[in-house]
Amino acid sequence: MAKNQQFVRFDKVDKSYDGKVLVVKDLNLDIAEGEFITMLGPSGSGKTTCLMMLAGFETPTNGEIYLDANPISNIPPHKRGIGMVFQNYALFPHMTVYENLAFPLKVRKFSKEDIDKKVDKALSMVSLTGFENRMPGQLSGGQQQRVAVARALVFDPQVVLMDEPLGALDKNLRESMQYEIKHIHESIGVTVVYVTHDQGEALTMSNRIAVFNDGKVQQLSSPDKLYEEPVNSFVAEFIGENNTFNGEVTDISNGKCKVKLDSGAEILSNPIRVKSKGEKTIVSLRPERAIIDPENKMDNKHKGKIEEVIYHGDHTRVRLNLLGNKEFILKVPNSSARMDIKLGNEINIGWDSRDARALDPK
Amino acid sequence: MSSETQKILTTDGIPLEESLKKAEKKNKIKAFLLVAPLLLFIIITYIFPIGEMFTRSIDDRMVTNMLPKTFKAMETWDGKELPPEEVFAAFLTDYRALAEKKEHGKLGQRLNKEKNGFNTILKKLWRKMKKFEEGNAKEQIMAIHKRFRDVKYWQAIKRTAPPYTMSKYLKGMDMYYNEDGKVVQVSEDRRIHRILWLRTLEVAFFVTVFCFLMGYPIAHLLATLPMKYSNLLMICVLLPFWTSLLVRTASWMILLQQQGIVNDFFVWIGLVADDSRPEMMYNKTGTYVAMTQILLPFMVLPLYSVMKTISPSLMRAGKSLGGTPFVAFWKVYFPLTIPGIGAGCLLVFILAIGYYITPALVGGASGTLISNQIAYHMKATLDWSFASAMGLMLLTGVLVVYWIYNKLVGIDNIKLG
Repeated sequence: MAKNQQFVRFDKVDKSYDGKVLVVKDLNLDIAEGEFITMLGPSGSGKTTCLMMLAGFETPTNGEIYLDANPISNIPPHKRGIGMVFQNYALFPHMTVYENLAFPLKVRKFSKEDIDKKVDKALSMVSLTGFENRMPGQLSGGQQQRVAVARALVFDPQVVLMDEPLGALDKNLRESMQYEIKHIHESIGVTVVYVTHDQGEALTMSNRIAVFNDGKVQQLSSPDKLYEEPVNSFVAEFIGENNTFNGEVTDISNGKCKVKLDSGAEILSNPIRVKSKGEKTIVSLRPERAIIDPENKMDNKHKGKIEEVIYHGDHTRVRLNLLGNKEFILKVPNSSARMDIKLGNEINIGWDSRDARALDPK
Repeated sequence: MSSETQKILTTDGIPLEESLKKAEKKNKIKAFLLVAPLLLFIIITYIFPIGEMFTRSIDDRMVTNMLPKTFKAMETWDGKELPPEEVFAAFLTDYRALAEKKEHGKLGQRLNKEKNGFNTILKKLWRKMKKFEEGNAKEQIMAIHKRFRDVKYWQAIKRTAPPYTMSKYLKGMDMYYNEDGKVVQVSEDRRIHRILWLRTLEVAFFVTVFCFLMGYPIAHLLATLPMKYSNLLMICVLLPFWTSLLVRTASWMILLQQQGIVNDFFVWIGLVADDSRPEMMYNKTGTYVAMTQILLPFMVLPLYSVMKTISPSLMRAGKSLGGTPFVAFWKVYFPLTIPGIGAGCLLVFILAIGYYITPALVGGASGTLISNQIAYHMKATLDWSFASAMGLMLLTGVLVVYWIYNKLVGIDNIKLG
């Protein structure tokens, strides 16, 4: 069965709270059935507003949202059949775990047997069987989180929304919950729209990521593409670590461009967002793509001075002063071979021009 | 584990337990000293007066002190036939002693309450006893008035013998000890206290209900509005608190009287004819209106403080899970506000049950409450022991309400802030 590629569709959606500022601008977004899509962005970028519009707690100022080809702007939240996991779990504190899970089933007038069955199933899915009679206050944060996930899924909604659900958990628990949610998604195939400001979370969990900034989707693509091939300097800087050079395009040919940096040096890079000579640009290079003592085929080779060495266990981060950029970061895997990484030493650095992406200037 | 290993010593060699106790003791004393002024204040202004009220309400030693010899002589009397000569003699001695101190009038008044007509014959006795001969007191006294030959009058004296009596409490419930010492109800046309008790409960109950119905939406609004507006609304709620109770009640009098603003308005819009203006004051309506307004903040504030803690995402969760707005409210929001409802209702009810000024000013005849009756006995009849008895009955009533509430809802569930 072919999956509906436009299961959830934002069509030219604008949203303004005060009539002066648009928090969401001309949003067009298609979400496929069964997809795990993450809305990622800094706070105030409009991602949560989008989620709230989808859930029905906010109405779009302009445009329309479609769920399975039906416009839903005028449907109240309780008729949308969309499950939601809230930032602070929003478990009903006066109900037991069982009653929390039974709530969406009771309002849908399921029989007692069906409710028992579904609650059992949902609880075993989040491995909380036996916790039926606990009150939410008696559970740990991670357990509450699982109950919230189970409650959002127990009535088999078409879409589940998650609004920074792991924000309140500590790091280890957050990571294990990421995998757990991912596995649940894989096993039941529900469409998940996930909101977070944590890029690590977004990269590990999603099929696709929509990076939000300033009310707009900056880039919508799979995690690997997002990381390897950012389309603009915001995405490049927001996702992962990033070395940047400010400069001006002096030549563009054969899919390569020459960029003259402020320090006077010239580097070769991959023209992504620059079209012609004389344009200002920011060149972005991932730390792990720059290599010490490069082979001959690399078309960028420069000398840099080590300013700082930071030990990170499995790797060492080296901060260099390279071509006028004092914040150039290099990641070196730890091995006994590299003894010349010492403060003040000069080393040779090189990278392939395809990895240096010339993006839009800010 | 052996006992030796259990004993842990501090570095100074003192057992840890002892050392801890010592350290804690200091803190405890400090804490107690901080509380002491308040404790003292409560004892002086609260516990002690209540104890005083209690003794006053059951104290009946007046006659006992006035007729010590008589009661001593009466100990052997069975109370069925007329008392023997010794009792008459003792009574005469006591009464003479009283007459010398000019306190015989008090005895007459007191005994008249016990048995009608006592005062007259005692006055007669006072006039005649100067000419009494020595001895044979029984015959001489009985000769003064036929009532002295009636055993019921002597029984009345004997009934006042115990130093304590519950008669004030019985009076508060429209009951009394009859001449045989049995508890009976007063005749139906004189049962005013029971009506007042019931009316007090009724008014307190309905005022609580009205306060709840009006206070709940206000509190909800306060808890959910943006700060800018909610502060203003909060001031509106608190404003009555900053105004004198008397002023507020007086302003209701201006509003509600027959030639008042509300009535003028009704006439102006043609709701009522000018000559048939409804009476909204000096009856229960006035009491309800004014008391509800005055007690409203006591309902709003506990509700507000509870509602403030309820996360708005809970209602959203309820809706997103498929509950209609009503279901989400009824199943999620409302149960979470119950601690506030309990606190607010208990507070308003207990305050309303003892309310005094407002019903006194706007209540009229049909709107006065038991507290007005208490005040009446304190100020007008000077029957302080009766006022004390009713005050204590009111206090007991409040404690009973508190107890019932604790059984039904649980006092732990109360949340004032």
